[in-house]
Amino acid sequence: MATTIDGAPAPVIEAPRSPRRRPTSSKARTNFELYAWLFMRVSGILLVFLVLGHLFIMNILDGGVQRIGFGFVAGRWASPFWRTWDLLMLVLAELHGTNGLRTVINDYAERPQTRFYLKMLLYVSTSLVVTLGALVIFTFDPNIS
Amino acid sequence: MPKAPAGTLYRGREGMWSWVAHRITGVLIFFFLFAHVLDTALVRVSPSSYDTVIATYKSPIVNLMEVGLVAAVLFHALNGIRIVLIDFWGSGPRFQRQMLYTELVVWVILVVPGTYYMIKHTIETLFGSAS
Ligand code: HEM
Repeated sequence: MATTIDGAPAPVIEAPRSPRRRPTSSKARTNFELYAWLFMRVSGILLVFLVLGHLFIMNILDGGVQRIGFGFVAGRWASPFWRTWDLLMLVLAELHGTNGLRTVINDYAERPQTRFYLKMLLYVSTSLVVTLGALVIFTFDPNIS
Repeated sequence: MPKAPAGTLYRGREGMWSWVAHRITGVLIFFFLFAHVLDTALVRVSPSSYDTVIATYKSPIVNLMEVGLVAAVLFHALNGIRIVLIDFWGSGPRFQRQMLYTELVVWVILVVPGTYYMIKHTIETLFGSAS
């Protein structure tokens, strides 16, 4: 076996273009990362309209945030159009952001345990936000007191 | 003094810094979304509790933070379009720098009037109406 002068084993340098060794577990052999990559782009384009439209209506149009209150929400959510808009925006933004944060965690958290717990925390918060948000949109009651 | 390593096409240049800004704005928006879904959920509790949180959004300091948030979202959205163009448009990688500068110009053009309309009311309550 080749050794360097200091006795440590020489690092293995693979031949150029040799196939990447894949993990053998069948779970790892999916195109998940490809679909995640594509989802970031597709959801991003949809969010341009949903999110920028939302920010424009809520913060700039017609007096902006100063006119918002329970009555304003009740008026908007009387229409299925805006409930659909908000539901779509909620789900897409939360999944897009979750996948983005998954990438960030993968980049910076190096210990396997840290990665695991940070991602679990992330996914718990994702399910909380999607469930609570959807519940509020579906069960909204304009006559609540 | 060690000499700084020679630059690359990416490192320390437009490509890297736009990525840094895209990442920071993305994470910021994500954390805001978490808080925002929780505060909006108060419409399911009572009109008065919802109106109470929304009142904080109307206060001058938080109003200024909203301007920052809108500016961050706008950058992230425009830069996201640029990323999609780099990935899917044949000449995208060649024009990535020009697209970044175009994006920044568009960003300024939209942020300036947007800021005006967003803080108009705050300015008027703090310093009195101009009319
Ligand atoms: C408004 C329209 C938006 C567009 C066009 C957009 C587009 C993109 C694109 C193209 C990426 C890059 C994905 C990759 O590199 O594979 C990305 C990353 C990301 N986005 Fe968005 N996005 C938008 C809104 C949002 C929102 C609302 C959030 C938060 C909830 C968000 C959070 C993130 C995060 C955290 C990342 C990861 C950044 C990184 O890996 O450095 N984005 N976005």
